[in-house]
Amino acid sequence: MESLTLTDIEQKYYSDLFVYCDTDNTKKVASNGRVLDLFRAAQLPSEVVLQITELCGATRLGHFGRSQFYIALKLIAIAQSGLPLRVESLNSVKDLPLPRFVVGKNEAEARHAALYQDTDSQGLYPASATAVIPRPPGRGLQNKKGPPSSTALPVHEVIQPLAPSIEPQPEPTSPVVSPHQSPPTSPHSWRKHKRQHSGGNADRQPVVAATGAVWTQFREPQAGPVPGEGMWPSHSPPPPGQESWVSFTADTPPSSALPAMHPSSVQESTTIRTVASAATTNEIQRQSSGYDDPWKITDEQRQYYINQFKTIQPDLTGFIPGSAAKEFFTKSKLPILELSHIWELSDFDKDGALTLDEFCAAFHLVVARKNGYDLPEKLPESLMPKLIDLDDSAEVSESTADVGYSGSPVEVTPNKSPSMPSLNQAWPEMNQSNEQWETFSERSSSSQTLTQFDSNIAPADPDTAIVHPVPIRMTPSKIHMQEMELKRTGSDHNHPTSPLLAKPPELSEEAKLPTSMKFVAANTVGDGYSSSDSFTSDQEPITRQRSQSGTSPEALKVVAPPPPPPRPHPSHSRSSSLDMNRTFAATSAPGQPQPSTIAFPPAVPPRPLPTQTSVPLTGHRGEAEVAPGGGAVLTTTSPQQIPQQPNFADFSQFQAFAASEQPSSLPEVDIHSEPGQAEKSSEGAGPLRTVKSDGQADERSSATVNSAKGSSGPLAPPPKPVRRRLKSEDELRPEDEQHGPQKSNVIAAVLATQPSIPRSVGKDKKAIQASIRRNKETNTVLARLNSELQQQLKDLLEERISLEVQLEQLRPFSHL
Amino acid sequence: MAVCIAVIAKENYPLYIRSVPTQNELKFHYTVHTSLDVVEEKISAVGKSLGDQRELYLGLLYPTEDYKMFRKLHNSFTDVMCNPFHNPGDPIQSKAFDGIVSGMMVQTG
Repeated sequence: MESLTLTDIEQKYYSDLFVYCDTDNTKKVASNGRVLDLFRAAQLPSEVVLQITELCGATRLGHFGRSQFYIALKLIAIAQSGLPLRVESLNSVKDLPLPRFVVGKNEAEARHAALYQDTDSQGLYPASATAVIPRPPGRGLQNKKGPPSSTALPVHEVIQPLAPSIEPQPEPTSPVVSPHQSPPTSPHSWRKHKRQHSGGNADRQPVVAATGAVWTQFREPQAGPVPGEGMWPSHSPPPPGQESWVSFTADTPPSSALPAMHPSSVQESTTIRTVASAATTNEIQRQSSGYDDPWKITDEQRQYYINQFKTIQPDLTGFIPGSAAKEFFTKSKLPILELSHIWELSDFDKDGALTLDEFCAAFHLVVARKNGYDLPEKLPESLMPKLIDLDDSAEVSESTADVGYSGSPVEVTPNKSPSMPSLNQAWPEMNQSNEQWETFSERSSSSQTLTQFDSNIAPADPDTAIVHPVPIRMTPSKIHMQEMELKRTGSDHNHPTSPLLAKPPELSEEAKLPTSMKFVAANTVGDGYSSSDSFTSDQEPITRQRSQSGTSPEALKVVAPPPPPPRPHPSHSRSSSLDMNRTFAATSAPGQPQPSTIAFPPAVPPRPLPTQTSVPLTGHRGEAEVAPGGGAVLTTTSPQQIPQQPNFADFSQFQAFAASEQPSSLPEVDIHSEPGQAEKSSEGAGPLRTVKSDGQADERSSATVNSAKGSSGPLAPPPKPVRRRLKSEDELRPEDEQHGPQKSNVIAAVLATQPSIPRSVGKDKKAIQASIRRNKETNTVLARLNSELQQQLKDLLEERISLEVQLEQLRPFSHL
Repeated sequence: MAVCIAVIAKENYPLYIRSVPTQNELKFHYTVHTSLDVVEEKISAVGKSLGDQRELYLGLLYPTEDYKMFRKLHNSFTDVMCNPFHNPGDPIQSKAFDGIVSGMMVQTG
């Protein structure tokens, strides 16, 4: 602001007023409380007051420093003199009467009366109305409600006539406490300044005007002419009483400054009463500041901040981007470093943008800093954006701080204390909840956790991980086939089968059957060896069947995956598959497809057999494939073989038979079987079964026939067994019919070559059929169990989801 | 462990550097500069994986422990950068940043 040359009288007057307004004795007058009261008491139109406030720089700074205050006072005087409000006129106007303030004391008195029941001041006020308004504060307050528009009258006319007019009004309207002013703290000071009402009023008026000017400056650089000239003459009397007024007004200006911010209040309080109310407000604020956290934001301040926020971001729930905020606060003329620090403090969520609360907090901090308060190291709690919405208000406060910048020096007392705390409390909570909601939404916990849950379910319990329908690779891939073959060749083929055979009876066949079948299927895909392992594992908990089936696909996909949980060999005891395997092995001895598929199952070395028989049974294989996957057929046999010891035994017989029978052809068969198995596996027809059967077959190197039977896949899923049966039947049939010529030839050859074979074949047939039946039963049981468990799982999942949702709903409240 | 923490700008000048005062600070500053060479080396080597900053960093330091430290540092650094009043290229004067760095240095050595 420009330098202000004041006459001695003015100087004294102003200083008195400043002291009066400086309730906090901080040498900085907040733009509220007494200042506003004072300004109101100036009986200037609110716009004028706003303009004055802006002109003096209080709006820029957010408060009135001494200089701003003085400037404001002078502007008030100017306005009251009727001169246009010009900054230049500050020093140019000569013989400017002192600003006169209608006894804003009325307001103060009103409040005071309300609070302190000080009727004396009111009484005094009316009496001294003609004088320089003995008690402007009370009057001012009352006047607020009184002649609202009468403030437009020429100042000095107003003063005098207003004084009397004010006086009567204030009394009746004593309760009319200027709303924006803080509770009537002024009464006390009012009393002391009874004599100095006029002075006080005068002070107030300029103060009010100044605040108005400050604020208006902030908003509108230029205010209209102020008809305050008339007021000047009346100011002369006040000076004597200025002293008391000074102390009072000094207190009031801060409070009055804020009230002055309110156009309505300014209008109302253009009388001295306004000033009084301002003073009251200041007093009140001062008192309140004593109680509250110095960082609290008053309602007025917050309102101002919000208004400023709106200028940048009309949506109060929106954000102010960092760049806009930067520009805004740069206006405060604070050093960038401090602004940076303020930003760090106020940007609570570190998002580079300011919500209303954050803005208010930042603005408030700027105001404080402008007032000389040191920035805290941490964001004060009252400024914390507890609510997301409040953060927006914080931004608004920042804008208001800018007002302070443009306006007054650090006069605005850091009225961070009063009133706002409640708002802060409320808003912070809202913001917190919003933040929580935001964070909540950001985390998208429910959805994420749900998904995670889902994803975790499967791996968590592989045994019951049948949750998601994992595609089970029933047919072993060529790679797997090769691996299986490698393993088969390298491993003890019989090894896997034997334990499996041993265990099946222990486990529930039904339960084990499907899993084992699946497992075998998986294994066949992955590795014949693994399938055998799966069989062993199948014998373990029944509950793992699903997991096995679930893992079987995994096993299938992964080459030699961790052997699925032991599958209860479903068909061991009654798996007709084994019989079928045997049967197939016997019948399909020449049938390469079967043995080839059997080769799939883990370490089932029936390959040799299949290969042996595969050559002559290419046709058969084709049929087998035609059937629900020749491989399936093959695999069916293997699972049948594996889970059932007798089958294996049969297979071994077969193997022996095959070996003995066609030692030479074995390699061929094996070769054939392997590719055949691979083909079949790739076909995917009855993959599991075939795989399993293959696996089983694999276990028996020589059990090409067996493998063929094994390919019937007793362990295949329910449909598979049927298929197996069909396959087996088909195999048998094809062998008999289509491949009849070949297979039958082969079989016949085999049978012929090995007389023992026919018998075993017959046995195998029956065994296989029995095993098939058993496997089927096991399959159905397992399938039922599977569905039940899946249903349970779904229910649990739903429960979990609901619980998580509840948790999420409760989470924000817990934060609060 | 962290006796010296430095934030180097793109132009190879330190935006922020602080070391435990007990040591010879200048030596640390030199070390920091030499470490830049290592960084550059690694950057050029892994040019294709542009987003692989973290790995680069880990490659320079002891992976496990300092990884946490680096993350903390990086977080506070991003907070500083988010400040609209902070001009990139300016020395970092954030008190919060200082606090975090001090904490890291103190607790680790």
